[in-house]
Amino acid sequence: MLDWLQGLGQRALSFFERLGRGHIMLYYLIIGIPSVLVRPRLLLQQVYSVGVLTLLIILVSGLFVGMVLGLQGYNTLVRFGAEQSLGTAVALTLVREMAPVVTALLFAGRAGSALTAEIGLMKATEQLSGMEMMAVDPNKRVLAPRFLAGVLAMPLLAAIFGAVGVMGGYFVGVGLLGVDEGAFWSQMQANVDLHDDVWNGIIKSMVFGVVATWIAIYEGNDATPTSEGVSRATTRTVVHTSLAVLGLNFILTALMFGE
Amino acid sequence: MMHARNLEIAVGAFVAAGIAALFLLAMQVSNLSVAGSDEGYHVTARFDNISGLKVRSPVTMAGVRVGRVTDIDFDSNTYQALVTMRIGNRYDQLPLDTSASIFTSGLIGEQYVSLDPGGDIEFLSEGSELILTQSAVVLEQIIGQFLFSQGSGDKE
Repeated sequence: MLDWLQGLGQRALSFFERLGRGHIMLYYLIIGIPSVLVRPRLLLQQVYSVGVLTLLIILVSGLFVGMVLGLQGYNTLVRFGAEQSLGTAVALTLVREMAPVVTALLFAGRAGSALTAEIGLMKATEQLSGMEMMAVDPNKRVLAPRFLAGVLAMPLLAAIFGAVGVMGGYFVGVGLLGVDEGAFWSQMQANVDLHDDVWNGIIKSMVFGVVATWIAIYEGNDATPTSEGVSRATTRTVVHTSLAVLGLNFILTALMFGE
Repeated sequence: MMHARNLEIAVGAFVAAGIAALFLLAMQVSNLSVAGSDEGYHVTARFDNISGLKVRSPVTMAGVRVGRVTDIDFDSNTYQALVTMRIGNRYDQLPLDTSASIFTSGLIGEQYVSLDPGGDIEFLSEGSELILTQSAVVLEQIIGQFLFSQGSGDKE
């Protein structure tokens, strides 16, 4: 019984300890941002590995998600003779929910896991300690550029996902199923609001960008410096990011679109 | 490691694609292009019942959108709805005795204000009031009246 209580207490304490270390880390990451802006080349490299390399998976999945939305939306709407609303349905679903959330999940799988593995291995091979020995702050040199790159790349990726998805919905709806082209676009424009829908979607993806990159960097930096530790940290990154994104999405949706 | 120039080109293309996507979402998908026009003059109209009319509902004439509803208020003196609409400056030659009606687009579509031109030689301007109005048709009332007349017809 006492052992069980001790185990529970230990877990609770280590949970709060990790939470606390995570927040201290976030603080240092934000502190490190100005020194990244002084040396944009570091940032450029990270935007490439976090953003550009994620672009392909975003493009492909955005296109297919949009096409599926067009297909399913059409099948339901045509029963009510309301297939002109297809554009609205596709665009609202994408801009409000799909683009930020699916982008964040793909980002966690593609870029977040890579970040964690990279930083974890740097730690395991003592590159980070080496930098400290040379009086280079690994926070400013390694972690902060990755953080800023992730935060900047996510809204751009989400916007690309949304735009490509709308095009996918357009191809299926107008191209294959024969929805009127003018009605598709005009209904969409009449019902999608720049501020309420598009801008809120972008804000969502910014929040997800911070959370996903933060978790990835924290897990990498916190990993046990063995090959097993790094692999565990990578798994944790994907799982925790996905859970955090899905949970936060509900809260943000309730705040933004609830009356 | 990649060549620095290629790296910069790739990142540049990525950022440009992102901004282009944002631009597309803003201009093509959302209503920015429609709602942008702020100029126009305001006219008011009183309706007994506006049903589901909302702010930003379209104002049309002969089926062409000429403006938008900008404000809906309740007049506690006359117990009527006071609807303010903005009509684009291009449409500044509407007769003063133009009448306004609230219609529904389709059976379950959204409500809009339809203007019918009168024959006055003076034109509407900022602050004019449309005197002739026709309220929204409430479907439930019509069904009720229909059932009522059916019921009374059966008793004879």
